[in-house]
Amino acid sequence: MTAVAVIDAGGANFGSVCYALERLGVQPRIVRDADGLRAATRVILPGVGAAAPAMRLLRERGFADVLPTLAVPLLGICLGMQLLFEASDEGDVNCLGVLPGRVRKLQADAGLRVPHMGWNVLQPLRASPLLEGVGEASVYFVHGYAAPVTDACIASCTHGAAFAAVVQRGKVAGMQFHPERSGVAGARLLSNFLQWSGA
Amino acid sequence: MLSRRIIPCLDVRDGRVVKGVRFRDHVDMGDIVELALRYRDAGADELVFYDIAASPERRSVSRDWVERIARILDIPFCVAGGIRSVGDARAVLFAGADKVSINTPALERPQLIAELADAFGVQCVVVGIDSVREADGQWRVRSHTGNPQAMRAPDKTTLDWVHQAQQLGAGEIVLNCMGSDGVRSGYDIEQLRAVRELCSVPLVASGGAGTAVHFADVFQQADVDGALAASVFHSGAIAIPELKQCLRGQGVEVRL
Repeated sequence: MTAVAVIDAGGANFGSVCYALERLGVQPRIVRDADGLRAATRVILPGVGAAAPAMRLLRERGFADVLPTLAVPLLGICLGMQLLFEASDEGDVNCLGVLPGRVRKLQADAGLRVPHMGWNVLQPLRASPLLEGVGEASVYFVHGYAAPVTDACIASCTHGAAFAAVVQRGKVAGMQFHPERSGVAGARLLSNFLQWSGA
Repeated sequence: MLSRRIIPCLDVRDGRVVKGVRFRDHVDMGDIVELALRYRDAGADELVFYDIAASPERRSVSRDWVERIARILDIPFCVAGGIRSVGDARAVLFAGADKVSINTPALERPQLIAELADAFGVQCVVVGIDSVREADGQWRVRSHTGNPQAMRAPDKTTLDWVHQAQQLGAGEIVLNCMGSDGVRSGYDIEQLRAVRELCSVPLVASGGAGTAVHFADVFQQADVDGALAASVFHSGAIAIPELKQCLRGQGVEVRL
């Protein structure tokens, strides 16, 4: 039974995430409305784009009600992770509220470019099966907004200030970078999620 | 800390990687996926695929080869050439490309930058700029550079265009300094520094790489985020693992 559901929320990295799962031997189930999540044993919410239109789409298709009550492991990637938080400065929009905190714009500064684009190093903050075998790996980031380092943050990254790179609370996880584009380390992180039962 | 990126650029024609000899007599270099993986294994941080036939022939990039790469490749890649509309960009991005790069179409209709940024986010939108220093000492842009016979000189200074492109929503600028392109005598540090001063988004240097030292120079002296090169990588003149070791030795932050 293939039961890894990938939500097609209109984000441009949707295909890339599916291909990355296929490289790990998993044939993902593409889901376009909340009904499709039934019988899924884990769910991935990819996302590239802006927070406000993405939230509108999640509400229209019923995901906004279902995702916060999901009983199986959930992974948000990039914008998909940001949407797990309470709200985002990007379009000043309320998000899914699964994790506390507000997503804020990264501040450009001398020698500090926004968007934060390229390979940067993970700083593990505590042990987690999601980070097994990963350590201080370089992974690929592309984003202009970021979530704060809170209790849910298990690995941070720094671009000027520290921000949340990997989050996990209960059965909910998020990765700000793109594991589907982060080489060997990215494949390991995705593979860890596929084996994770949720804490 | 954010790593400086090493970016090989591959010219693509009909799904094959080719090498042009003075813009003609293209030599087949091999299968696109095979070469992409070879560069991935060598430690390239990102790849740019430039569809050299799409723009001159007024057709859009073929979705097929973009998807073929996206299925196999696990590092980011950008597609350039032949993207003139939101529809063109959507096809390429949804086939799995991480970014699209636009050059001549953006000069012809700058609003295209804003349309792409609105539709996909600024992080997907790369503006490529071909630039030369003219007799009066000003750097000015060139368009239609894919074909030397068709090249045009819109009356626009490079610095003005860099400013405007960012205002419209460019998430990254690739500056190709035509004066040093293909000469292998080093990147145009002076011009890149001038552009860096007013560029707050990532800036990628292009044109002039000949030795590992040239890469160290452009990172340290022009503070660019990435350095793009083609021939030195394709010919084997520079191997990426050695290049990165050399950069690390010079104190440049790179991903090993």
